[in-house]
Amino acid sequence: MEEVKEQTSSLPRLGDPAPAFEAVTTHGILKLQDFKGSWLVLFSHPADFTPVCTTEFIAFAEIHPALRKRGVELLGLSVDSVSSHIAWVRNVEEKTGTKIPFPIIADLSKEVSLAYGMIHPGQSKTETVRCVFIIDDKQIIRTILYYPLTTGRNMQEILRIIDALQTTDADAVATPANWRPGDMVVVPPPSTQEAAEERVKQNYECVDWYLCKKKL
Amino acid sequence: MACVSPDGKPTGSGTKMLRAIKSGAGFPEEIAKDTGLPIFRVRSGLRELTQAGLVELKSDNYVLTENGSELIE
Repeated sequence: MEEVKEQTSSLPRLGDPAPAFEAVTTHGILKLQDFKGSWLVLFSHPADFTPVCTTEFIAFAEIHPALRKRGVELLGLSVDSVSSHIAWVRNVEEKTGTKIPFPIIADLSKEVSLAYGMIHPGQSKTETVRCVFIIDDKQIIRTILYYPLTTGRNMQEILRIIDALQTTDADAVATPANWRPGDMVVVPPPSTQEAAEERVKQNYECVDWYLCKKKL
Repeated sequence: MACVSPDGKPTGSGTKMLRAIKSGAGFPEEIAKDTGLPIFRVRSGLRELTQAGLVELKSDNYVLTENGSELIE
């Protein structure tokens, strides 16, 4: 019970600096700060050589070029050894022809998993659940997704979130439900009565003063 | 290690980085551009190459050591 309490209290939150780490990976020893200047998708999977994880790794490899175009790196993690990771990625390549181009943390000590709240004892006391941390180029946590052990992740949603975050940063706007690049964006709501009155005179598409959209 | 083998010799990516440094790239960003390696690989690789005594940091620039120069001649 104490262990569960400790893990819950250390869960990182949106807007927090990403917890620093130095970890053994399939690409050597990597530190969080090595990724500074790039966006990072840090994701955990329950275990190597398991079916859902294998489908996810192939899917992550497929979106890797699209992520790199957006300045985003991928970093996997599970509580397995680096030898297990190497054997698994070699097996995936041999059986499916998909090369896994990104590093995977071998978190046998669970140091990184616990720092990021990736172990949810209600799901498993030993395996990480399917977490996704989207960390920006300043190493601030911008999105956290948790999926249960039995549900594989949706790669298009991960790309969509990154597009939305980067659009928000570039243009100081928000993105509406089901937004995709090219769709209209939401203009931030006015904070004063005067701004609200001026808002309706702008060339925005408004439902009312608090919900206005524009094309970028 | 990703850039240095257990026998102390540079791997393929380590050799690429040494060549880039030899040709004048001194900052991680320049080495990444010259080698096509992602910046995180360059930063971690430079740590390894430094620990292996193949490169050193001089006035904020990475340069080859004598051992590093000998290896890529």
